[in-house]
Amino acid sequence: MSPPNDTFEITEATRLLLYQSMLRCRALEKKAYDLFMEGLVQGTTHLGLGQEAVAAGFAATLRPDDMSFATYRGHNHMLLRGMAMAPILGECAARANGCCEGKGGSMHITEVAKGAMGSYAIVGAHLPIAVGAAWAGVVRGTGQVSLCFFGDGTTNIGTFHEAVNLAAIWKLPVVFVCENNLYMEYTPISAVIPVEYPAADRASAYGLERIIVDGNDADAVYQTAVTTVERARRGEGPSLVEALTYRHKGHSRADPGKYRPDEEVAAWLERDPLLVYRGRLESLGFPPTVLDEMEQLARAEAEAAADEVRAAPLPDPAALMTDVWANGGSEWRN
Amino acid sequence: MAELTYRNAIARGIGQEMERDERVVFIGEDIGAAGGVFKTTVGLFERFGPDRVRDTPISEQAIIGGIMGAAMNGLRPIGELMFSDFVGVAWDGIANQIAKTRYMTAGQVALPLVIRTANGGGTHFGGQHSQSVENWHMMIPGLKVVAPATPRDVVGLMAAAVRDDDPVIFLDHKKLYALKEDVPDGEIVDVLGKAVIRHPGSDVTIVALAAMVHVALEAAGRLAEHGVSAEVIDLRTLVPLDTATFLESVSRTGRLFTVEENPRLCGWGAEIASIAAEECLWDLDGPIVRITTPHIPLPAAANLEDLAIPSAERVVQTVLSQA
Repeated sequence: MSPPNDTFEITEATRLLLYQSMLRCRALEKKAYDLFMEGLVQGTTHLGLGQEAVAAGFAATLRPDDMSFATYRGHNHMLLRGMAMAPILGECAARANGCCEGKGGSMHITEVAKGAMGSYAIVGAHLPIAVGAAWAGVVRGTGQVSLCFFGDGTTNIGTFHEAVNLAAIWKLPVVFVCENNLYMEYTPISAVIPVEYPAADRASAYGLERIIVDGNDADAVYQTAVTTVERARRGEGPSLVEALTYRHKGHSRADPGKYRPDEEVAAWLERDPLLVYRGRLESLGFPPTVLDEMEQLARAEAEAAADEVRAAPLPDPAALMTDVWANGGSEWRN
Repeated sequence: MAELTYRNAIARGIGQEMERDERVVFIGEDIGAAGGVFKTTVGLFERFGPDRVRDTPISEQAIIGGIMGAAMNGLRPIGELMFSDFVGVAWDGIANQIAKTRYMTAGQVALPLVIRTANGGGTHFGGQHSQSVENWHMMIPGLKVVAPATPRDVVGLMAAAVRDDDPVIFLDHKKLYALKEDVPDGEIVDVLGKAVIRHPGSDVTIVALAAMVHVALEAAGRLAEHGVSAEVIDLRTLVPLDTATFLESVSRTGRLFTVEENPRLCGWGAEIASIAAEECLWDLDGPIVRITTPHIPLPAAANLEDLAIPSAERVVQTVLSQA
């Protein structure tokens, strides 16, 4: 793993932004969990608790017109593109106030106008989509960068290889970010790959640098993000980043995560990205009262959003038959 | 007016749209410098350059995902899959992503894209390079499905597909590439969802698509010799589906036949038959009869493949046996 570069300057404002971003992600996901327990979230939901530093580090480097593509475990990434919490939680609960008006669900958080280009529920589906969006930016001369987040399990699906290869040969502005949380659903990733690092050890096959970063250290992620996003923006092609992290909960709401050894979970909880960062900020002299206040604000924001969701109506039955086609309707015959 | 082959009509149709709108781009395997394995895209690379006409690796999932992403970010891409059978390789992108994303995002995501692919049999390529997969696409909500039968329609329907703001599956037919007709000069633009009567008749209605239109037309000629006046309708698009044209025809003829190249079960004609049974049963003077490829994979041997795909003779005999 590359150690954080001591000469890399991170401003106070950036540090506060990174901490605030992680606090907001944590508050959002805890609230999504609460709403599930209240019976408001139907179906399933996949929480990014524990993986906040990856989302925070990359989001802090982006331009408003950059494009982020994520998986069903994508609430954090979409929030940090500037989405409000209520449309995210409302979509998890499939209410009329959801960002997709209840027609997408927890696995499809999207707000295109903010560069939150979607959360994709089929493993690997979004990698070539992110590549195509990046190519369009090149054709149009926009200077946009496409960010593509996915899990360790995705590295075993064909789209991973097709997409990384295409981005590499076309030298496209894509940053692929593998969030290696050590488990592909219920199975240890080590049981299903012939190498140690699922993304980084495949990078050389596409002529890319081997990049591994501590995904629980927001500063380290931020530094990697600055480097790779700038490289993409300069037209020097894609990067494949492997961020080592851990999800605090199971794969989805159906999964208590019992297949993980207690000592492993305990060790990673000690390396909770919020604890790590709080400690660093305090050691740098940020007053604890300020940090406490930031945490309170994030929780209050999530609680207010949850109240909006609790009060939100179900989707209008008329929405059932809208938006299949560009004309707003669903007619298929005359 | 000049003679144009169905093969050359493909490049003309794409070129017409690329000339008009710089957001139109075209990617696929061997479509550029090579001009396509069927020589359907000759000249486009030279005319529009490598930024807009791009060869890809053999990566169907990347082609399909790539055009989806490009459409999400301001382009109007055309992606080619060399053979329509290869949609199976990219089916998640087509059926789960492209077809559903507008609906699932409550209209936020527009996908003005065209998937162009060489469909159909009759060329003895065997069971994985000969299928008629129009019905696979017809059953997925969110996809429009086009299958032209003539060189003129290739140009006009390609323009309609590219200009449409929804994803369109454009199935050109391999068996028709050498077909020629006089086509008007200048821009040709059709609309999706409009069937045409290719041959008027008063005794039976025969509904067909793509290569089967020509089979039905040949059958209509022979049926005339038997004193049966057959009306041949070319559907041209399956989605949107022009039901009015065939319902009106059946109200005059009282008999309905479909000629389908797709295998029997859940072929597009089943939907036509179902609509006719629901909406014009009392106009019918006899059963609705579907003439299809049997429910088998296509064999490679020429004599077997010829037996499988509906022929004019089979259409004639079927219609006469029902008369």
